[in-house]
Amino acid sequence: MTTATDPRLNAKIPEGAIADKWNNYKEDMKLVNPNNKRKFKIIVIGTGLAGASAAATLAELGYQVDAFTFHDSPRRAHSIAAQGGINAAKNYRGDGDSVHRLFYDTIKGGDFRAREGNVHRLAEVSVDIIDQMVAQGVPFAREYGGLLDNRSFGGSQVSRTFYARGQTGQQLLLGAYQQLARQVGLGGVNLYNRTELVDTVVVDGRCAGIVVRDLLTGELQSHAAHAVVLATGGYGNVFFLSTNAMQCNVTAAWRAHRKGAMFANPCYTQIHPTCIPQSDPTQSKLTLMSESLRNDGRVWVPLNPGDARPAAQIPESERDYVLERLYPSYGNLAPRDIASRAAKRAVDSGRGVGPLKNGVNLDFAAAIERLGKDVVQERYGNLFEMYERISGENPYDTPMRIYPATHYTMGGLWVDYELQTTVPGLYAAGEANFSDHGANRLGASALMQGLADGYFVLPYTIGNELAPLLNKPIPGTDHPAFKLAEQEARDRYSRYLGTNGKRSPDWFHRELGKIIWDNCGMERTQAGLTQALADLPPLYEEFQSDLRVTGDGASINQTLEKAGRVDDFFQLGMLMCRDALERNESCGGHFRTEYQDEEGEAKRDDENFAHVAAWEWNGDPMAAIRNVEPLEFETVHLATRSYK
Amino acid sequence: MTASHGEHLTNLTLSVWRQKGPDAAGAFESYRIDSISDEASFLEMLDVLNEKLIDEGRDAVTFDHDCREGICGSCSLMIDGQAHGPQRGTATCQLHMRKFKSGANIVIEPWRATSFPIIKDLMVDRSAFDRIIESGGYITSQTGGAPDANLIPVPKPVADAAMDAAECIGCGACVAACPNGAANLFTAAKVAHLNLLPQGQAERHARAESMVETMDEYFGSCTNHGECEAACPKEISIDVIALMNKDYRKAKLANRKEIARS
Ligand SMILES: Cc1cc2nc3c(=O)[nH]c(=O)nc-3n(C[C@H](O)[C@H](O)[C@H](O)COP(=O)(O)OP(=O)(O)OC[C@H]3O[C@@H](n4cnc5c(N)ncnc54)[C@H](O)[C@@H]3O)c2cc1C
Ligand code: SF4
Ligand code: FES
Repeated sequence: MTTATDPRLNAKIPEGAIADKWNNYKEDMKLVNPNNKRKFKIIVIGTGLAGASAAATLAELGYQVDAFTFHDSPRRAHSIAAQGGINAAKNYRGDGDSVHRLFYDTIKGGDFRAREGNVHRLAEVSVDIIDQMVAQGVPFAREYGGLLDNRSFGGSQVSRTFYARGQTGQQLLLGAYQQLARQVGLGGVNLYNRTELVDTVVVDGRCAGIVVRDLLTGELQSHAAHAVVLATGGYGNVFFLSTNAMQCNVTAAWRAHRKGAMFANPCYTQIHPTCIPQSDPTQSKLTLMSESLRNDGRVWVPLNPGDARPAAQIPESERDYVLERLYPSYGNLAPRDIASRAAKRAVDSGRGVGPLKNGVNLDFAAAIERLGKDVVQERYGNLFEMYERISGENPYDTPMRIYPATHYTMGGLWVDYELQTTVPGLYAAGEANFSDHGANRLGASALMQGLADGYFVLPYTIGNELAPLLNKPIPGTDHPAFKLAEQEARDRYSRYLGTNGKRSPDWFHRELGKIIWDNCGMERTQAGLTQALADLPPLYEEFQSDLRVTGDGASINQTLEKAGRVDDFFQLGMLMCRDALERNESCGGHFRTEYQDEEGEAKRDDENFAHVAAWEWNGDPMAAIRNVEPLEFETVHLATRSYK
Repeated sequence: MTASHGEHLTNLTLSVWRQKGPDAAGAFESYRIDSISDEASFLEMLDVLNEKLIDEGRDAVTFDHDCREGICGSCSLMIDGQAHGPQRGTATCQLHMRKFKSGANIVIEPWRATSFPIIKDLMVDRSAFDRIIESGGYITSQTGGAPDANLIPVPKPVADAAMDAAECIGCGACVAACPNGAANLFTAAKVAHLNLLPQGQAERHARAESMVETMDEYFGSCTNHGECEAACPKEISIDVIALMNKDYRKAKLANRKEIARS
C-alpha cells in the first residue's frame, strides 16, 4: 500500500560511517565568505528556543536577519514552560554515557521511526549545547563542588539530564533570548513582535519570502528574503486541551504546507501520563505534573466501577494498582505511552476517580509512611503546592488525580539533513519539523533538538543553499506572487469577519478537539478514524458558514486571530486522521488498537511501514497525497521496544 | 469565607476596563457572571465572559495570556487594585475562582504605568523591558566558542542565588505596583542573575551601568516603597536592588564619572 519513493524526499544524508557524517558534511559544504554574508537576508519566524538561537547565531555570523514572533517579546515563547531538563551526552557521571548511547536511546525511544543520520548529529552536538548555555549564564543545578548536576529521565539508563530547578525551559529560553536581544541591540537582527506569519510565498519553486499580519493594526505586509526559517513550534493544540500554551498553533507550518512543503507523520503525537485532569467544562488547558512523581506515587483506581467513596474509605482489597498489576517489573515507572494507555483503559472501564470520574489516583500515602512527610515534601514540595493551587486538594492528605494529556508533536514539516523542507530556501527547526524523534520523543530531548537546530545545525547548512545565490537578484515584494498572497490573506480575514454566523472560534475549536482526541488520541481504530474523517468535513463547513467573529480587522482582535488558527487546525486535523488511518501499525505514540500483541503492546510493521509518510498538499486536506521516504537502518538493528 | 471545593460561585459582577485603543478614552463596563465553577481559573472566567460577549455580538475583552502556568509572564491584570490579584506569589493565570465569593464585585484593570501604554482594554505594551535587556542583560558569548561547561565551576550557593533572581518572568507587576512606576526589581533581578555568576564578571560593571541607564530612560525612579516585592509572583527579593545599586556605583567610579545615584 505504500507509494513509491519521491525524489523530492531525498534526505541528502552525507557519505561515511555514522559517526563521520556530520564532519564530512561540514568539510564538503559550500561556504559564504564573511564579507558576503551581509548580502543575504534571512527571515526567522518564531523566537522560541529554535528560532531565537538561530536568529542570534545567524546575525553573529553576519547575515541580515529579520525575526518575527506573534508574542510581545521573544521571552514568552512556549519553550519557557518546559520543566524537566535537557539531555546531553556529556558523561559527567562516568556512568557509561556516550554520543552513541544517546543516539541509540533516541532511535529506540522513537520506536525506530527516525532517521539515523539526523539523530546521530543531534547526539553529537548535544555536548556543545551545554557548553554554550553555561557560557551564557544559564544557572543549571550544581553540586556542592560547583560542577554540574544531572538527573535521570525515562527511556535511558544513564544520568544525562541537565536542569535548572523545575524551570529548565525558562532558563534556556532566557539564555537564547538574551543572546538574541544582544543582536537586536547591535542592529544585527530586526525584531518584529506581535506579528504573525499568515503565508509563505514561492516563486519559481523557491521560497521568496512571507506575508505577515501586524496584530496591532491588522495590516498585511510582505517580506522578501534569500531564505526563510520556520521555528514556530508544535501543533498539540489541535486537541483543544493540551499542555501547550494557549497560543501555540500550526498556522505557519500549515500555510507553508499549502505552498508545497510536505508535512511528515502528522499522526505522531505524544501523550504525557501525568497531567491534572479536566475539572470543569470551561477549562482552557491542562497542566503537566512532572513525571518524577511516579517514582514514589502509586497509580490506582477502585476495583469496582461506580465506587464513589473517597479514596481513604476504599480498603486495600478493593483497589486496583493498575500499573503494578500489569507491569510487575516496571510498575509505576512504565514508559509514558504505556502508562497513559493503562490510565485511559481504567477510566474507560468506569473506574475513573474525581468529580468527573476522569482521572486515576496517584497516591503518596505509602511513600509518606515509608519515608516520612518531610522527605516527600523535600522531593515534591513545589509540585504538591502547584497541584493544590490548581485543584484545591492537598496531596499529602488525599491522592493526586492525574490523567494523560497531549504534550508534544513529533510530526511536522518534512526536512532533509540540512533542515530544508521540500521547498528550496524554506527551512524548519525545533518542534515545527519532524526530524529527530521518530514516533515518540524521549523526555528532555525537545529542548536539546531545538537548540541543536538553531545553534549548531542551521548556521552551517543554510550557507550551502545561499552560496550559489551570491549577487543574483531575488524576487522583491513587488512580485505578483507577493501581491497575490497578500490578497488571499486579506480575503481570508475579511471572510472570518464577514461570516456573521452564530458560533465563536473557541466553540469550533472545542468541537474539533473532541473529535481528534476521541479518535486520533491515545488509542486509534480504523472505525474511529473513519468516523472522524466523516465528521470533520461537515464541521469544517459549518465553521466556514456559521462562524462569528466580533470586532474589526484594523486593531488588535484576538477573536479574529483565533479564527485563522482554528481554520488551519481543522485542515491539519483531517490530515492527522488520514495519516493515522493509513499507518496500519502501532509505533510509539501512534497506537492502533488493531495492531497490538496479546499483552497490549504496540506491534510495529517494519516490512511495510519503516518509512516517513510525507503528505503533499493537493488543494484539500482530504485529497492530500501520501509520499514516502524509506528509513534505512545501517547502524541500529530494528528490535521490538520492550519495557516488560 | 472563600468558596469550598467543587462548588459554583453565583452573581459575580465584573467591572472591566474597556479602551478601544492607545489614544481612546477608556471606561469601566460592568458585566455579570451568573454562575462559574470554583474550579475555573480567573482567566477561564474571562474566557466565559468573552464567549458570552461574542454570543451577544459584542467585542471580546482583550487581555494578554499564554502559558496559563505562571511562567511566560504574559498575563497582567490589576484585580481589585492588586497586581495579579489577592494570592501572594501567584500570577493572574494561576489564580482560581475559589479565592472569591459569590456576589463579589471584582474590578479588573490593566497595568497602570506610563511606561506600559495601554494597547487595548487590559493589554499593555511592555516592550520597554526588552530595551533594558538589549542594553546589557546578557553575557557576550558567540555561538561555538564556549569552553567545556565544567571548566567553570559555580559554587552551589552562588548558582542558587543566581537562579533565585533568574526566576523573574518579566510580567511587569513590580512596575504596576510601584507608586513611581519604577522597574528596579525587574532590572536588578537580571543584573543579579548575571553579575553573581563567574561567567558574568567580565561585563559586570558595563552591564550594570547600561541597564540602569536604559531603565532610567524609560521608567520612574525607585524610592524604596517595597510594593514591587509584595506584588511579584516569583517573590523576587528586593535585596537584588541593593546589589544592582552597588554595582552601578562601582561602574561609575571605575569610569571616573559622576555618581549619579546615591
Ligand atoms: C508543559 C511542557 C513541558 C515540557 N518540558 C520539556 C522538558 O522538560 N524537556 C524537553 O526537552 N522538552 C520539554 N517540552 C517540549 C519543549 O518545550 C518544546 O518542544 C520546545 O520548547 C519547542 O521549542 P520551539 O522553539 O520549537 O517552539 P516554541 O517555543 O513553541 O516557539 C514557537 C515560536 O514561534 C512563534 N510563532 C509560531 N507561529 C507563528 C506565526 N504564525 N507567526 C509568527 N510567529 C509564530 C511563537 O511566537 C514562538 O516565538 C515541554 C513541553 C510542554 C508543553
Ligand atoms: S521582578 Fe517579579 S514582578 Fe517584576 S517582572 Fe519579574 S517576576 Fe514580574
Ligand atoms: S499566562 Fe503565562 S504567566 Fe500567566
